[in-house]
Amino acid sequence: MSAHEVSRRTVLGAAAAIAPAVMAGCAVGGGGNTEKVEGQADAKNPLGVKDDAPLEVVIFNGGFGEDYAKAHQAMFKENFPKVTITHTAVTEIGKTLQPRFIDGTPPDVINNSGAGQIDPGSLVAQAQLADLKDLLDAPSLDQPGKTVRQTLLPGAVETGTFGDKVHILNYAYTVYGIWYSKKLFNDKGWTYPKTWDEHIALCKQIKAAGIAPWTYQGLHPRYMSWPVISTAIKFGGPQVALNIDNLEPGAWTSEPMKMAADAWHQIVKDGYILEGSSGLDHKQSQTEWSKGKAVFVSSGSWLENEQKAVTPADFDMAVGPTPSLGAGDKLPFAAIRGTAGEPFIVPAKAKNERGGKEYLRTMLSMKGAKDFTQKVSSLTIVAGSAEGVQLPPGLKSCVEALKASGDKGFNWVYPVYYRKLERNLVDAACGEFFSGRIGPQEFLAKCQKGADEIAADTTFKKYKRSA
Amino acid sequence: MKHGKYPLLAAFLLPALGLYIYFVISPYAQAFYISGTDWLGLSDTYNWVGFDNFVRLAKDEYLRNALWHNAVLMVLLPVITIVLGLFLASMLNVGGGQGRVRGLPGSGLYKVIFFAPQVLSVAVIGVLWKELYNPRSGLINGGLRALGLDSLTKTWLGDPDVAFWAVLAVMVWANVGFYVVLFGAAMQSIPRDIYEAVALDGANRWTALWRITLPLVWDTVQVAWVYLAILALDGFALVQVMTRGGPNFSTDVVGQRMYDVAFGEFKFGEASAIGVIMFFLTLSVTVIALRLSRREKVEFS
Repeated sequence: MSAHEVSRRTVLGAAAAIAPAVMAGCAVGGGGNTEKVEGQADAKNPLGVKDDAPLEVVIFNGGFGEDYAKAHQAMFKENFPKVTITHTAVTEIGKTLQPRFIDGTPPDVINNSGAGQIDPGSLVAQAQLADLKDLLDAPSLDQPGKTVRQTLLPGAVETGTFGDKVHILNYAYTVYGIWYSKKLFNDKGWTYPKTWDEHIALCKQIKAAGIAPWTYQGLHPRYMSWPVISTAIKFGGPQVALNIDNLEPGAWTSEPMKMAADAWHQIVKDGYILEGSSGLDHKQSQTEWSKGKAVFVSSGSWLENEQKAVTPADFDMAVGPTPSLGAGDKLPFAAIRGTAGEPFIVPAKAKNERGGKEYLRTMLSMKGAKDFTQKVSSLTIVAGSAEGVQLPPGLKSCVEALKASGDKGFNWVYPVYYRKLERNLVDAACGEFFSGRIGPQEFLAKCQKGADEIAADTTFKKYKRSA
Repeated sequence: MKHGKYPLLAAFLLPALGLYIYFVISPYAQAFYISGTDWLGLSDTYNWVGFDNFVRLAKDEYLRNALWHNAVLMVLLPVITIVLGLFLASMLNVGGGQGRVRGLPGSGLYKVIFFAPQVLSVAVIGVLWKELYNPRSGLINGGLRALGLDSLTKTWLGDPDVAFWAVLAVMVWANVGFYVVLFGAAMQSIPRDIYEAVALDGANRWTALWRITLPLVWDTVQVAWVYLAILALDGFALVQVMTRGGPNFSTDVVGQRMYDVAFGEFKFGEASAIGVIMFFLTLSVTVIALRLSRREKVEFS
């Protein structure tokens, strides 16, 4: 054997020699010359869709399922009967579609959502997304005399705007606030607090009644950054959010943020948080809340769907805005954070880019939006599309909250620009703060440090917004 | 062997070798190449940046923090698992009875219990323990409260001072069963008359374990050490399921860093650089562990 024995070194050497040849089937890939299919634009077909070109749609199969998308596809087919639509529903958008982006052969419409989504900031930074402006300026499908843009709720477009281009259409409208059970409030004779002092007084009362006033998603503590930032924006005005989004120096340590952090520190100091919350993940903590072990939880309007299985029938879920710090607040109590979520994109290299945009136009028709709200119990960015639709209690309270908030609604978008800042850095700071290991000053300093790190890191493409 | 053995050998070897090169060697080689680029993983454009990624990573405090955790794991995981594994294996195989060499009563059942985690996937183990560690309704705090030990209850995965140890405990739990079986098999091959001889000479069980069993299963311990050290350099799957590196990065490991940089920040060049660093670390650890634990082989006469 000895003469023929192959040493490890020889094998590795041979492998090293072979490797470059194998690199042909390489991950960084290349190629994929896309020829766009385009048709003639006219009044009935403003985007110029080729009426027999195939259309490929990839849907995230998550909380909303995929049936709503099939309905939208049927509506599309009504106008373009010769188009064949390929419908795919997957749970891991990123892992499924990343290779196709690299190859330059992405689908025409993607519902880029879920935990496995492709980071939107990266897609934009690498010029992978089509500009949706022509779609927004096209006439609405079923609201005569209006462009698509004019049929949308305020702030609907801004979360998908990067610089002077619109790259993402966030279709569902999400309301962020403080969630509670109306039934519990009625039973106990409590009223939802409008000011911070009322809030603390109520917390005291709740604790005395043997219930924990608050719980939070301990292993994903960033959920608690939302009420803190909201409180600060309502105190200091939308400029607070603008500074944070634009990574301005000192944005996190500004006076309004200090006021807000000091206020929220009180629920930690006074023991108003359900014991053990810091060790619970989102499902575990929200389940404690549904079981009535805690009164308040911070979340977005997906909460109702998420908690469906464990919500008691008469729970009567409702959302409320963050309490006002005082009379000096720049925004009224009713102002609430509303934002468009559930991203849809048309890749820049999509073969049937026009068809992809037309598909979004179909979704944004009144008919398409109403159908979505009915099917998945979520609001859309199409104004008035929830009217006349039977809504569950939580969603109904969202509609009311949005109406009360009116044009005072606010939002921030730094998590879209710099996912890491919220998911890792602010998240870690919130964990320390709400478990009581650090005080408000250190908390804000830690957030600021994270923002400064991102600002100094040249590998992140930076975005600025002015309104 | 007859003539014509080479075509036959080739027929068996080449397809496997081809697959191995394509699916194992080639991705490794590509990772080395990608680690020298600023590739972001969503298009076919990238620039060659040389060692920029490594230079940046050298200054990255999050990576350093994760490396430190892996280093601690690398020391503690093998030591705890091997000591515990040896102890349990000797109890099950040679610890029972004076004079006659056998395990303690009921050892068959214990073997099954210890080995059980091996048949669970890592994800299942992670989810299982996440529920056990649930500070409110979890079994651990529940048990402590039932025993009146309320002062010992913790928020486990929510407390940065505790979470790391909680994850380490799960790693030990998940792995020790395999080593109990491995060491057990090695102990079964030790001739029984040696034990009978030392028993006649008046050695107690500890002496027998220390002077007889351990030297005779040393080869196996050595193998276990290498496996566990490599495992400690990874640790990604459990961390991803249980804590994602939190709270406040207290359970972060290099694998989790790489995942976050790749699939969270979509910086595949930098993530590949972390992968390359891991590759060399694993390689050096393996070499060092093999060298350090090399010892004269004991021959049974």
